[in-house]
Amino acid sequence: MSTETSAPIIPSFDDDEEDRKLAIICSKGNLDMAYPGLILGNAALGEGVETHLFFTFWGFDMIIKSRMNDLQFSPAGNAAMHLPHSDRHMPQALAPAMTGMATKMLKKQIADLGVPEVPEFLDLITAAGGHLWACKLSADMFDVGLPELRDDVEGIITAADFIELTKGAQLLFI
Amino acid sequence: MPVTTLNGRSVHVNDEGFLTEYDEWDEDLAKVLAANIGVDLTDAHWKVIHFLREDYKAQGETPTTRRVQQVAGIPIKEQFVLFPKKPGRKMSYIAGVPKPHGCV
Repeated sequence: MSTETSAPIIPSFDDDEEDRKLAIICSKGNLDMAYPGLILGNAALGEGVETHLFFTFWGFDMIIKSRMNDLQFSPAGNAAMHLPHSDRHMPQALAPAMTGMATKMLKKQIADLGVPEVPEFLDLITAAGGHLWACKLSADMFDVGLPELRDDVEGIITAADFIELTKGAQLLFI
Repeated sequence: MPVTTLNGRSVHVNDEGFLTEYDEWDEDLAKVLAANIGVDLTDAHWKVIHFLREDYKAQGETPTTRRVQQVAGIPIKEQFVLFPKKPGRKMSYIAGVPKPHGCV
């Protein structure tokens, strides 16, 4: 059914909405837990939201040059892990031995969906204007400095710096 | 679906104002759509718009900004300059195709 309207319908792209900000704390270095922050951050940038990612603890593996290509996925301890295309649980006793295979399978599934690997995903995010920050305490703990991190990490900052930087932001902890 | 008048003729749009009939689009209409959202079309814009239309026709879905980078070779950074803040939505609105549904 059609309704004739006289005034043109022009989408509101909310260009005047200047203040929306999103802060995402990435604290995990498992392959599967790297993605939620990347996907949400990338989506937010595409919607014109100022987006900051703060990498802390194991999340550092996402931005350490020598590790970022080699994140792993383990089914161990994951009670929601099922055998492929099945509702049957994977026996947990087998899970610890399966990290290599599970990582390979997950990487393939992600690639099949057209989703990039973690380093390329961060390239997309910074190209879209996203900001990457590293946690100072974690840097001290892991004994890494800016040279070991992706070149587009804007700085190693304290938690307080990050809180100040993301004033008024919506916040996600992953 | 509502019908609205753009550039002196009736076109079908959805509730947001995106064209719903692929063949109702032409370049003159694109100029009106672009003006509606404050975009001045240059050759660089047209390259994106024509790619979106061709790819939509071939694939049956609107390419995401990443696909525009990968397949058409137009960097994400440039897309954000051409269609500020919300490139995926703005370029598809002007190209007369649905907004992209892909997450990445």
